[in-house]
Amino acid sequence: MSATRTKAVLEVRHLTTGFKTDRGVVTAVDDVSFDLYPGETLGVVGESGCGKTVTSKSIMRLLPEHLTIYGPASEVRFEGENLAFASEERMRRVRGDKVAMIFQEPMTSLNPVFTVGWQLDEALRYHTDLDARGRRQRAIEMLRLVEIPEPERRVDEYPHQLSGGMRQRVMIAMALCCEPDVLIADEPTTALDVTIQAQILQLMANLKERLSTAIMLITHDLGVVAQVCDRVLVMYAGRVIESGTVAEIFHAPRHPYTRALLDSIPKSGARAHKKRLPTIPGIVPSLFELPAGCRFQDRCAYKERRCVDAEPGLEGALGGRQVRCHFPLDGGAA
Amino acid sequence: MSADALLEVRDLVMHFPVRGGVLNRVQRRVHAVNGVSFDVRRGEVLGVVGESGCGKSTLGKCLIRLLSPTAGSIRYEGTDLAALGHGDLMPFRKKMQMVFQDPYSSLNPRMTVREAVREVALFHGVVSRDAADAYVSELIQKVGLRADAADKFPHEFSGGQRQRIGIARALACKPDLLVADEPVSALDVSIQAQVLNLLMDLKDELGLTVVFVSHDLKVIEHFCDRVLVMYLGNVVEELDCERLHADARHPYTRALLGANPINDPADRRPLTVLEGDVPSPFTLPPGCAFAGRCPVVEPRCRAQRPPLELKTCGHAVACLLEPGA
Repeated sequence: MSATRTKAVLEVRHLTTGFKTDRGVVTAVDDVSFDLYPGETLGVVGESGCGKTVTSKSIMRLLPEHLTIYGPASEVRFEGENLAFASEERMRRVRGDKVAMIFQEPMTSLNPVFTVGWQLDEALRYHTDLDARGRRQRAIEMLRLVEIPEPERRVDEYPHQLSGGMRQRVMIAMALCCEPDVLIADEPTTALDVTIQAQILQLMANLKERLSTAIMLITHDLGVVAQVCDRVLVMYAGRVIESGTVAEIFHAPRHPYTRALLDSIPKSGARAHKKRLPTIPGIVPSLFELPAGCRFQDRCAYKERRCVDAEPGLEGALGGRQVRCHFPLDGGAA
Repeated sequence: MSADALLEVRDLVMHFPVRGGVLNRVQRRVHAVNGVSFDVRRGEVLGVVGESGCGKSTLGKCLIRLLSPTAGSIRYEGTDLAALGHGDLMPFRKKMQMVFQDPYSSLNPRMTVREAVREVALFHGVVSRDAADAYVSELIQKVGLRADAADKFPHEFSGGQRQRIGIARALACKPDLLVADEPVSALDVSIQAQVLNLLMDLKDELGLTVVFVSHDLKVIEHFCDRVLVMYLGNVVEELDCERLHADARHPYTRALLGANPINDPADRRPLTVLEGDVPSPFTLPPGCAFAGRCPVVEPRCRAQRPPLELKTCGHAVACLLEPGA
């Protein structure tokens, strides 16, 4: 990452997303702010229910509108324009063209009754001026770019005729066919085998290099984060609890949760073989019954009186090193 | 092979017929497991690793006879389970239990935890009806759940807790052998560590033998004594987990290791990327099943199927390019 940064392509400020439920409004994402720069990969990590997927879907405005409430201060600034409250018509212009998304389940996100080519064509028809022949050429080109063998043949096939890894590559081709500035990848490799995951990660790295796309990579796999991300946001129960460069997060975690999460991954090598793993006791609190103080208090080894009384603020400058803890760790090697 | 083998598996084959057409005839067969031989030693944790579709789950289900293998033998302390009928298997069912990947779909949603666990214990006659309640309570606490969990239903628990219930249920009949099929794959890392620790403690306390099926090499390496690496229904390598990184010799095992992202941003390296796709399990290639994706393939690999050969003590490799011991 360069010291002299260009302008951020996506600026998220105070993003707060609530859902109307039978038990009242529940806030799934609470005051999340970050910047995304061209050509960088930002990792968003956390366990199930921490709000990482809701964050990405809020940016894309893909949540059911009638059940979703965005906090009044929420801003999702893309090229200066706040998309958090933009019209659906405006969002249709932005989605797929400027900001694109890859989902976890390539089978359920592709339409089974249309060919791969038709689905690639849909975005091109909507966002470009190309004629039918030009669009078909472009679709084949995109399939070749994501390294699908025999793209001229595959373009006329249906999703069920492709393997899981190929479907995910088609999803990437669809997401990239209009050369978006921002690519949001929500667990893009979670359902795939490691050898296929390696292909997809390498592909995303190549594309970032060529098109200088900004990538927001949402994952629970810390190994993937360590290998491909530049900066990392760690989320817990709807809050950002720590952010920093990938080296800072892995080598000098400051939040007890980040530290515990890193410690609980099985390590390679004989030294750790058959040893008990350090664990985080308990489970993530329900969003309906969040404690008054720090949301991690019940599982934290360093809990003190202050943690119960007041929730810590997120200290540190946006885009730099941030931590939400009254008693942050000194950041020794993990 | 050795005196300490609890289970001796020889030339195990499992094919699934696919029927179709007007007469509903068998049209083709899925070759899920193709002649696999190995021992499960008493008291060890044997890992089975491979990608989806490699036959690892089918193998696990064959071991405890949830499936009836097409051919081959599974000797449990000398008795061939593959040859036994339903009734004759009953005494062995008690000794072998399974923990499934998805603890929600493998628990009856209408049964409380107490009912689910007690059913197993009573069916196999492990405890008397009078002592059952106390036995269940003890078991529930042993897997790290609170005593009041016993009268709740599965939907009231989180994924990690449900997996603990699944483990309690499997342990209720005091088995010798536990087959765990992806028991932590659906769990978050912090919960995964809790369940792995629990399995490790229970194994030591109860002297269990565990067959641990997983796609996650990191978990296998951490948890298991030995590992079988499977590819398209064959075991391609068998070795001690402690020496996995140093000694793995099969190109597929090396590729799996190389494709696994390392948890250290200071140790970035290009992930191993394999070309090509897995062959169809309907029609197996005549030679090595991995030949189509192997980075060091030679012409002879496509003609001849490599046998699993012992290279050094406890280390077997199925590759024509690996010289013998």
